[in-house]
Amino acid sequence: MKRPRTRRALALTTAVTLAAAASGCGGDGGGGGSAAPGVTATTVTIGSHQPLTGPAAPGYSANSAASKAFFDYVNANGGVHGRKIVYRYVDDAYNPTQTVSVTQKLVLQDKVFAIFNGLGTPTHSKVVDYLNAQRVPDLFVASGCGCWDRPDEHPQTFGWQVDYIREGKILGDHVKKAYAGKKVAYFFQNDDFGQDGVKGLDKYIPKDQVVSRQSYQPGSTDIGAQAQAIAQSKADVVVMFSIPTYTALFRLASLKLNFQPTFVVSNVGSDPITLTGLLESFAKKGGSEVEGSPLIQGMVTDGYLAAPGDAANSWTALFKRIHGQYIPKLPFNGNIVYGMSVAYTFVQALQAAGKNPTRKGIVEALEKSRFTGPGVVPFAYGADSHAGYTGAVIGTIKGQNVVPQGQPLTTDDGDGPIQPYTAPQPQAPAGGVPAAG
Amino acid sequence: MTAPVRSALRRSTLTRHAACAALALAALYALTTAAAPYRDLQIAQAAYLTCAVAGLTVLTGLGGQISLGHGAFMAVGAYTAALVIGHWGWPLAAVLPAAAGATAAAGAVVGAVAARLHGPYLAGATLAFAVGLPGLANYEPLTGVLGGQNGLTIVPPVPPAALGEAFPLERWQAWICCLGAVVTLFLLANLTRGRFGRTLRASRDDEIAAALSGVRVARLRIAATVVSAACAGLAGGLLAVVATLAAPGAFPLTLSLQLIAAIVIGGLGSLPGAVWGALILVYVPTWAADLSSSSGLSHDIASNLPLAIYGLVLIVVTLAFPRGVQGGLRDLGGAVRRRARGRRDRAPGPRAPAPSDTSGPTTTHPGGADEATPDEAGARPDDRGDAGGRGERLRR
Repeated sequence: MKRPRTRRALALTTAVTLAAAASGCGGDGGGGGSAAPGVTATTVTIGSHQPLTGPAAPGYSANSAASKAFFDYVNANGGVHGRKIVYRYVDDAYNPTQTVSVTQKLVLQDKVFAIFNGLGTPTHSKVVDYLNAQRVPDLFVASGCGCWDRPDEHPQTFGWQVDYIREGKILGDHVKKAYAGKKVAYFFQNDDFGQDGVKGLDKYIPKDQVVSRQSYQPGSTDIGAQAQAIAQSKADVVVMFSIPTYTALFRLASLKLNFQPTFVVSNVGSDPITLTGLLESFAKKGGSEVEGSPLIQGMVTDGYLAAPGDAANSWTALFKRIHGQYIPKLPFNGNIVYGMSVAYTFVQALQAAGKNPTRKGIVEALEKSRFTGPGVVPFAYGADSHAGYTGAVIGTIKGQNVVPQGQPLTTDDGDGPIQPYTAPQPQAPAGGVPAAG
Repeated sequence: MTAPVRSALRRSTLTRHAACAALALAALYALTTAAAPYRDLQIAQAAYLTCAVAGLTVLTGLGGQISLGHGAFMAVGAYTAALVIGHWGWPLAAVLPAAAGATAAAGAVVGAVAARLHGPYLAGATLAFAVGLPGLANYEPLTGVLGGQNGLTIVPPVPPAALGEAFPLERWQAWICCLGAVVTLFLLANLTRGRFGRTLRASRDDEIAAALSGVRVARLRIAATVVSAACAGLAGGLLAVVATLAAPGAFPLTLSLQLIAAIVIGGLGSLPGAVWGALILVYVPTWAADLSSSSGLSHDIASNLPLAIYGLVLIVVTLAFPRGVQGGLRDLGGAVRRRARGRRDRAPGPRAPAPSDTSGPTTTHPGGADEATPDEAGARPDDRGDAGGRGERLRR
């Protein structure tokens, strides 16, 4: 039986060769000979990794749609220096391994000019070295990890939202002052996101006041044990650094345990409309009907952008108009405001990079920038700082809105003091497109 | 090919496989050099998946032992690689064997348990392994070592300085993975051609008959699990090197199920089928994602569409090629060959000799790595072979 062997051997070779050939076909999208990858005479292509499916998708999957709507609006109004912004966002399911592969695809195959607003701390931290090694501008990471602000190590990476240490400090200061002597429990995501937040909280909340520290891993939806432990600690205040899915799960678990503390929730996990929807859908899956909105009334949180319910705010009005025109089917909530606000900052950055944007140019422009935009506090951008917004304002959920309390506060991510910021929020430009400059 | 070379190749399995491996390496070298960086990464992915799928082919296709836990074996390999690189900084040439070795040890444990189990019981046991093991990374006392959900980051492998400053990292990663895949296929091909493969098939087909003929079935099955686990471990180690990350999210239960799907779709029990299976695993989801992102569908549909397309492709392939892609190609090759022979036979003069020494136009082989004799008989149809069937042969 010699012949089949020969054929088999040949088949093996052929299979490998064919396999190899199959993988080789298909061209790579060439850059068209322009100075910077992703930039042509008429377009600028940028990319992003977003959780469109998976545990973080509820709520956050609207961010990228909102950014896209804002870019569409800018494109319809002439674009930036005559170029239209092409925004490619791909699903990484909030799974770090997928983030690596989709980001490689964006950089190597789609040849994007920059990565814009890649979402998630555990996810984006796996590609930040790669993007910097490839010298791809890594702008406005959608995460408040302090780790984006390392200009020496990661010169291409810029944060955007207030980082979790700053946020933790501001929330911790509030808890210390408003609930002096009360028992406090922490519920946080066990990665850089939650751990940074706790770092900030611990700078202000006295150690002996904290009666329980419980964490969860994103991916597992069973947080019964943690809720039980916190309820048993009889905490008066529960501070949460969680994404919306887990804020909702914890709220439902505490409802089941008839545990009624005051909730203090970090900005990213507290959007009222997202939470209402999640609470109702999770309860339905568990076989019970609950009204979501009453469960979140009085939750304390913090914000740094225009409140979606504040109709008098010029930014809310602008974003609502764009929302109505491009993505009317999505609920108008904090995620929409977030996605449009960060897109606004990107348009500012691209304008600042000049008529012929280069990767180096946009990074340098950002370091020199003094952008004002939808935020209530200023950015920290400079040659020695790549951190975004420098603070937030404490607020309380009333109805479907976060109602600000008191003045915006700014601080740093070290041991610096917390200071009130007195300048008023700037007005949105009439046309909606930031002025070139 | 000259006659002496051909006969030499026929005489020695080892020489023949070595020649194939050399050819494959040459082809892959040409390919990776010509490909753009992203293509190189995809080749690397297909290559490390080939290792895992080929290992599973031996266990399931030849040994008849089903394993739903191969994703977990890959995780063992990936974490071993990450820990060894992170703590001791070994060179890759030592890291990858360490990953395969550690996983082989895990395979010995699982194999010892699984050797006495069959069918659904075995599936259940290995399923538990696949579900439970990646969870270890989130187990409180181990999060410090294994990095929890964040995983362990690996320093990317640096291409040797001799290759030049501008040598792309992706091509280097592709080379490492392709070498791993070719070595794995070479070793497995030799192993399954020999006594090991024969006894494995015998114990799959009739356990009692095999035992009566002196095969120690339990020991053999443990050995098969160890071999298969080592391949998966190598695949995991390579995955970690390509993704520069070992994190539990890379090894969900779906990975284990996809590996099973790959061996079935590729062609159960055939090593070339493993290559097809791995290619489908890499390219179909990418293609589906591209398709859905360019479809202009609404947000919710577009983001869930790739999975649906992937499932659909799997169903279609399974319906079109019940015996896998490799089986389908083999049938096609057989049909073409018979047609060619039929034409020759109708020509005047003495009957042409069986043309199998030309190995046919498509060079697919007639038997799976598993069955030589009955297939050979079936593949040589009567004179009017083209009317004789569409390659449906009796198996076993």
